[in-house]
Amino acid sequence: MAMRAIARKKGEWVDVRVLAKHPMESGLRRGKDGKNIPAHFIETIYASLDGKEVFRGFLGPAVSKDPLVRFYIKGNKGDKLQITWKDNEGKSDSITTVIK
Amino acid sequence: MMNRRSLLKYATACAGVVAFMPQFVLASLSRDGFDAKNISNGMQGVFGTDAHTESNKVVLSAPTIAENGAVVPVTIKTSLPDVTAIAVFVDKNPTPLAASFTISAGMKPEVSTRIKMRSTSNISAVVQSGGKLYSVTKEVKVTLGGCGG
Repeated sequence: MAMRAIARKKGEWVDVRVLAKHPMESGLRRGKDGKNIPAHFIETIYASLDGKEVFRGFLGPAVSKDPLVRFYIKGNKGDKLQITWKDNEGKSDSITTVIK
Repeated sequence: MMNRRSLLKYATACAGVVAFMPQFVLASLSRDGFDAKNISNGMQGVFGTDAHTESNKVVLSAPTIAENGAVVPVTIKTSLPDVTAIAVFVDKNPTPLAASFTISAGMKPEVSTRIKMRSTSNISAVVQSGGKLYSVTKEVKVTLGGCGG
């Protein structure tokens, strides 16, 4: 599992772009063996600034593979933004990025 | 250890508080709506209601023609005030709700992501502003369907 994020302060807002590596399987597809590929997708992605949650997204399997999410928050250069996702199998990944 | 009478009083008081909690707080806490098979039920799941008004203050950017239905970039933004949530629905997908986002007080009411579309369909963006729902709908043509299999 991997995740990348860039947070850049532009004027009033910090532009945050997150790219998570994830298959985002809907559970509706069949593999080459004819068997159903089980649903495996990120359910929640959230971001915290200094421990305070500033963003939360609920994703479903209709979000494209390797989800890209872009949002805008208030913050200052040098602040640390922690971004975490959790999937329907209970797996999760987290990174911290510094606002530039 | 509470006696039964005060326990009942306490429970009723708690239920009363929950009943008065603003809808948007409840909506932001759940994954309801993702199993809904139509937009109306999806909206009810996310927001607690499907009552909405079309508004040209909700802007949905999406390609008119998507070459690849597996990756359709969408951006939703609005000039409406007091935005607490944004949701995206793809009408012809088996379960239309694609994603929902809680917009906190310190956030710009704008989000972008990429979604899958099974076929040419309307995409609806719904914004919760001041506790009410506003929407915009746009058709996106898909040349190659995006759900695979």
